[in-house]
Amino acid sequence: MSFAESFRMALQGVLANRLRSLLTLLGITIGVASVIILVAVGHGSAVAVEKQIEGLGTNMLTIQAGGRFFGRAPAKSTSFTFLTLKDVRALQDRNAAPDIKTVTPVVNVASATATRGSASESPGTVIGTTPAYAEARKESVAEGTFVTPEDESNHARVVVVGPTVAQNLFGGADPIGQTIQLNGATLTVEGVLTSKGTNGLEDQDDIVILPLTTAQDLLVGESGELDQIIVEATSPGSVNSAESEATAILLPTHQASDGSAAFTILNQSSLLQATSSNNHTFTVLLAAVAAISLLVGGIGVMNIMLVTVTERTREIGIRKAIGARKSDVLGQFLTEAVLLSILGGIVGVAAGLVGSRFKIVGVQPVVQAYAVFLAFGVGVAVGLFFGIYPANRAASLRPIEALRYE
Amino acid sequence: MAGGVARRPLMVLDRVSKIYGSGEIAVHALRGIDFRVEGGDFVAIMGSSGSGKSTLMNIVGCLDVPTTGRYLLEGIDVMLLDDFELSFIRNRKIGLVFQSFNLIPRTALQRNIELPLVYQRVGRVERRARAREAAELVGLGDRLHHTPAELSGGQQQRAAIARAIVTDPAIVLADEPTGNLDSVSTGEVLDIFRKLNAAGRTIVIITHEHDVAAQAKRVIRLADGALVSDERATREPGSSTTNQVREFRPAALDR
Repeated sequence: MSFAESFRMALQGVLANRLRSLLTLLGITIGVASVIILVAVGHGSAVAVEKQIEGLGTNMLTIQAGGRFFGRAPAKSTSFTFLTLKDVRALQDRNAAPDIKTVTPVVNVASATATRGSASESPGTVIGTTPAYAEARKESVAEGTFVTPEDESNHARVVVVGPTVAQNLFGGADPIGQTIQLNGATLTVEGVLTSKGTNGLEDQDDIVILPLTTAQDLLVGESGELDQIIVEATSPGSVNSAESEATAILLPTHQASDGSAAFTILNQSSLLQATSSNNHTFTVLLAAVAAISLLVGGIGVMNIMLVTVTERTREIGIRKAIGARKSDVLGQFLTEAVLLSILGGIVGVAAGLVGSRFKIVGVQPVVQAYAVFLAFGVGVAVGLFFGIYPANRAASLRPIEALRYE
Repeated sequence: MAGGVARRPLMVLDRVSKIYGSGEIAVHALRGIDFRVEGGDFVAIMGSSGSGKSTLMNIVGCLDVPTTGRYLLEGIDVMLLDDFELSFIRNRKIGLVFQSFNLIPRTALQRNIELPLVYQRVGRVERRARAREAAELVGLGDRLHHTPAELSGGQQQRAAIARAIVTDPAIVLADEPTGNLDSVSTGEVLDIFRKLNAAGRTIVIITHEHDVAAQAKRVIRLADGALVSDERATREPGSSTTNQVREFRPAALDR
């Protein structure tokens, strides 16, 4: 029997019981669509995170005191040697560190409260830093000025606020030249930052920036201790050499008792790598969950094919009595199972592509071509695999018994 | 054979036995059946229920194989054939007609009648032409696009006969073909068998109805799995057809 004839018989079988066929292929449809959508969500979130990290600058290094505590400032303890302005000056040495472009010291002010009259708020981030911070963190001012070198040397009592802080304290009014109280210290607003929005975790506009010297005077004490040093490499390609230069400069003065480095250098590009490998795992996990639903869809196909074979036992007997071979009957029912899964796969691909156009839990899915082909291919293969047993059962029926079946 | 001209036998049953089960509970459905059928004959095999008719039908139709003995169809020993070869024999050499018609439901007559040709891998155009020809022969040329459910029992059985002859088989084998039909339809169906036989086709009908057997040229009787008589009709076959049957004359049959 030719393929065209097998296909014709299979199509007739599928159309004979439309509702049942529809429900069966729905199982495959859901499996295929969920593989496509979930892989797209996994990739979408990877793309979003990578964009954020790239937004921080791929030629950036962040140096923190303490050993390897990934991504978080370590608890302060006596065994640590602090980073100070001396280290900053050492890193700024063009001869020792030719690949370092700028060096920005940062102190964090923990739990500060900003007030103006009756308005009050606790900014998410309060830092003291130097003018280089603007370039390092890609900050710019929407109005007024950023921290200037003069502010720095004069210990000027000025402050630059993020748009969220400006809105909370001043409402719609122009904050430039106005004063606010920060933990009791009176500071004049000299600039408002351009909005950066949220990075997914926190509001990047909920920030207050002071000159480093001012912050040390008023808010963190004069220990000279820095929380971070942001190092900008001359280019994204020289990040790794900048990292080794910084290590070479800092290691002699910052050593733990066992000789290891008492500081941590976070490299944005290695962070990017770590994140993308995390995201890869996440995507694979999502795809695995979706693949299970595909498997369940396949079992649905098998179930229905078994019912179909039982229902059509007599028909199979007739076909065999008039000369259908085992392979003819096998071909007919296998084609029917595959046809169901192909139809389910096509609808599933369509549903997956449409579904991926919408934001899902805040992530814009990015459809992956390989996921589409893989989902469709696996869907059809699942139909084929689960069709083998019922089709074989049909083909192995003995004609006299099949004809006798009521 | 009348005229004494020895013809090559189409079908030879040589001490055919069929035993179901074994030991104490063994059932001897057939006990050493011996007979042969020559080409062009019209044989009725008679017997009451339980006489082994259906078992014989299954063996002769190549749906089952004997436990012992030999069954030769056109000189081929069916017992030596495998599944694939049996399919071939069923498809090319035998046209089966069943009591319950056994047409495929929800499928147009055209498709039902041409189905054996589908399994022969005959091309669509030729299939169509041969199915039409067979349908016209049984007077259903204008019903090709109807499904079995839209037809009367007699029409369904005529369609089944068309399906049986569409492959031009060596033998048409009918198992109680009139068992589910009223007398008018019975007459129509028997008329077709007689016409087919007159055109040279070998026909074997299994039945328990004397009216049906009376149409045959030769009657074989079975009882308890054994052959009890084998007689050739003395009078001209078909003389007992009723007036109602005579009224039925599809144009195709009178060609």
